Order: sequence, then C-alpha cells, then structure tokens
Amino acid sequence: MSSDIMIELTGVQKSFGDFTVLKDITLNVKRGDVVALIGPSGSGKSTLLRSVNLLTIPEKGVIRVGSQTIDFSRAKSLPADKALAAFRARTGMVFQSFNLFPHMTVEQNVMEGPVTVLRMQKAEAKALAHDLLDKVGLADKATAHPESLSGGQKQRVAIARALAMKPEVMLFDEATSALDPELVGEVLSVIRSLAAEGMTMLLVTHEMAFARDVADRVIFMRDGCVVEEGEARQVIEQPREPATQAFLSHFHGGLN
Amino acid sequence: MQYQWDFGFLLQYKSLIATGVLYTIGFTIGTAVSGLLLGCLIALARLSTLRFVGAIVIGFTEIFRCTPVLVQLVWCYYALPMLTGIELSAATAAFVTLTLYGGSFFGEIIRGGIISVDIGQWDAGRALGMRRHQLMMRIVFPQAFRRMIPPLMNQTVLQLKNTSLLSVLAVPDLLYQGQLITSASYRPLETYTMIAVIYFILLFPLTRFAHRLEARGSH
Repeated sequence: MSSDIMIELTGVQKSFGDFTVLKDITLNVKRGDVVALIGPSGSGKSTLLRSVNLLTIPEKGVIRVGSQTIDFSRAKSLPADKALAAFRARTGMVFQSFNLFPHMTVEQNVMEGPVTVLRMQKAEAKALAHDLLDKVGLADKATAHPESLSGGQKQRVAIARALAMKPEVMLFDEATSALDPELVGEVLSVIRSLAAEGMTMLLVTHEMAFARDVADRVIFMRDGCVVEEGEARQVIEQPREPATQAFLSHFHGGLN
Repeated sequence: MQYQWDFGFLLQYKSLIATGVLYTIGFTIGTAVSGLLLGCLIALARLSTLRFVGAIVIGFTEIFRCTPVLVQLVWCYYALPMLTGIELSAATAAFVTLTLYGGSFFGEIIRGGIISVDIGQWDAGRALGMRRHQLMMRIVFPQAFRRMIPPLMNQTVLQLKNTSLLSVLAVPDLLYQGQLITSASYRPLETYTMIAVIYFILLFPLTRFAHRLEARGSH
C-alpha cells in the first residue's frame, strides 16, 4: 500500500438484484493524477465512481481513499452512519444534475459543508466560500439563488461547494452531460485548472477530447469490467482492445 | 312563512358559546400538535428500512384513514373500555381519537413531502459527509416542509371541522353548546345559524391563508 496511491479499489463488486454492475474491479489512482472513466452507458462507470465515496455500498472489496480504508469483504453489516459520513467528508463529488441546495443562496451552498460537517465558524466559512467562488469565477453571484444561474454556473458552484470541504480527491460524475454545448467549456476549464493545481481526480466523462487532453490515464469499462487502462492519449488514439475501438469509433467526428 | 328572527336572546348564552369556541379551538390546536408529532413518527417509521416497521404502521394508519372518525370516537369511548377495562373520560377519548386520526393523515402528508425531495439532494448532502440527522434537518426537511404546508393547513381545517363530532360524546364544543342552547330556547334556527357562522369565521381566514401559501409555493 503506497501512500503515493490516493484511491485504491480492490476486488470491488456490486449487484442490483440479479444484475452484477461491478465485477471484481481493481483500480488505483496516484496522488495528483487525473483519471477518466469512459465507456458505454450501463457499463458501471457511474456506479464505480459512486462506490469510491460510498454513495453506493459495494458487497465485496476494499476501498481506500487517502488514509481511510473500508473493507466490505469482512464486514458483516453496513458501516455505521458516522463512519460513512467521516469517509465521505474527505472526498468531493460533482454530479451531472448539479444538486445544488435550492433553499440556500450560492454562498450558503458552499458554506454548508464546512459549517455543518466541519463545524467551521460562519465568518471563516464565508471567507472560504468567497475565495472559492472567486476561483470558479462566480464571486459576484454569492447572494444569488441557484435557480437564477445557468447550468454552467450551477456546476461551477457545485465544484466550489465540493472544494470547500478541502477534499483529498475529487469525483466528477458526468459533470458536463446536462449542460448546453456552449456552457461545457467554462466547467471543463475549472476542472482543468484543478488538474493543474495537482488535485487528484477521478471523472466519468463523455468528453473524449477532454479526457485525452487533461487526464493522465483513461480507463475503459464495459459490462462492469475494466476492459482497458492506460495512458490517456494512447487509450483514446490507439486503443488495443476491439471493444474500446468500437466504442471510440462513435466519437471520432468530435475528437479534435 | 313568517318567522320572527331574533338573535338578541343569544347574548344571555355568551359564556356557554365562549366555552364552546374555546373547546373547539383548544381541541383543534391540541390535536393538530399531537397529530403532527404522531405524523412525524409515522412518516419516519414508513421511511424506515426495516420493512416490518413500515408494514405495521401502514396497517395502523389505514384503519384510521378508512373508517369514519365518528365511528372511531364512539368505538374509543364506548367499546374500548370493555376491552381494556380502562374508562376514558369523554375528553380523553376524543383527544386520543382525533390525535390518531389526524396523525394518520399528517403522517402521509409528511412522508409525501419527504419523498418528493429529489434523490440528488440526498446524494449531495451525503457526499459532503453529512450524518443522517444533519441531512434531514438541513437539506431534506426544509425543502419538504415548504411543499407540506398547504396540505397540512387543509388537514388542520378538516381537523377543526371534525371537532364538531365531539358533541356526540357530550364534550362541550361549539356544536354541543349549540344543542344545549337550542333545547333551552327552542330557537334552533338562530342558534345553529350562529354556530355555522362562528365555524366559518374561524375557518375562512385559515383556508385563505392555506390558499395563499399554495399559490406562493407553486412557482
């Protein structure tokens, strides 16, 4: 177990009823790396991402993020609420549908984690929120309500909200799939700047060009298995596996 | 038909009427509060992952939702003591019945409000590392509550109307006092008209308020 590895999944398995979504997945993400999960819908990539912060609880396997490890192979019952919460607090997650809290202003959204979970003083959390909003280019929207924002702005607030917990890793679940095409760029550029700062990130994406240009490694999944994994440019431009080739052939028009 | 209307005589019964109004309002507020508390418990039990807990509670609430509250009142006052050997005063029996009846409906409203909150909100709160109670209090309940207010108000209006059934158990609510006044004065027309008007005066602002909340919540 090297401390150079920030996310380590070993033998992770998950089924919904009779359907096995994840079949014995083993995966490592190095500190500071950006890893893109690609694959057809239903391949299990979102479930895999959600199992990294235990939004989906696997039946089997070991999940380690930073210094925290949960072993599902030995556990007889589900981890306690407190243990799950502590584990999740160390990872940040950004969702396809933003999931901003509609009853709070933008700055309250960003302050919510630090204040409620980390028990940070409100003044300190507010200063932190303003720094982060500034970073995602939304300093002027602090007192706005989420419903008044565009999709791209919402997603940038969601990124700031996740960063406010000072996470060790960031998870992105199709962060740009719900956006109008002209708004994708502003979100990708925020993710790109996080990558430049050395944030460890695992992202599920359909943006192949982005995966190729920003990710260090790409993992191609199909039917709950990792089919191919490698250096980003190599996997996307010269995939070895026929399944990866077939999948990527759908995108070639847009790979510039 | 020549009828000599005369509302003036009602003045001599004003303390009876005041008592009736107090009982009606008191029972409404009291059973709305106790019913809401019970409703919260019912909603939580129904949302519990323990299936048998949910099943028991569904059975319980359906009994109260699918029988008339008048039958429940009479059963609780006259039949229950034979079963348990414990005599309940009319007021206690009435309070218990209206709490259980109201709670069954409140519980369904609260549960509906909670499950109407998008699952993504739960995900977002969990992803921040919130504990279950924090998620409920900070994220889910505030959103659910806004949607619950109009149906809760409507149910409270019904709860107030249902207190008129207490007169059957000789609890001195507004309607029962009206019956007393009628039997003393032989003037049912004025008396019951006044009773209806008082109910209307109590309820009309409440329904207007619920309506305004509903209009505000819909956009």
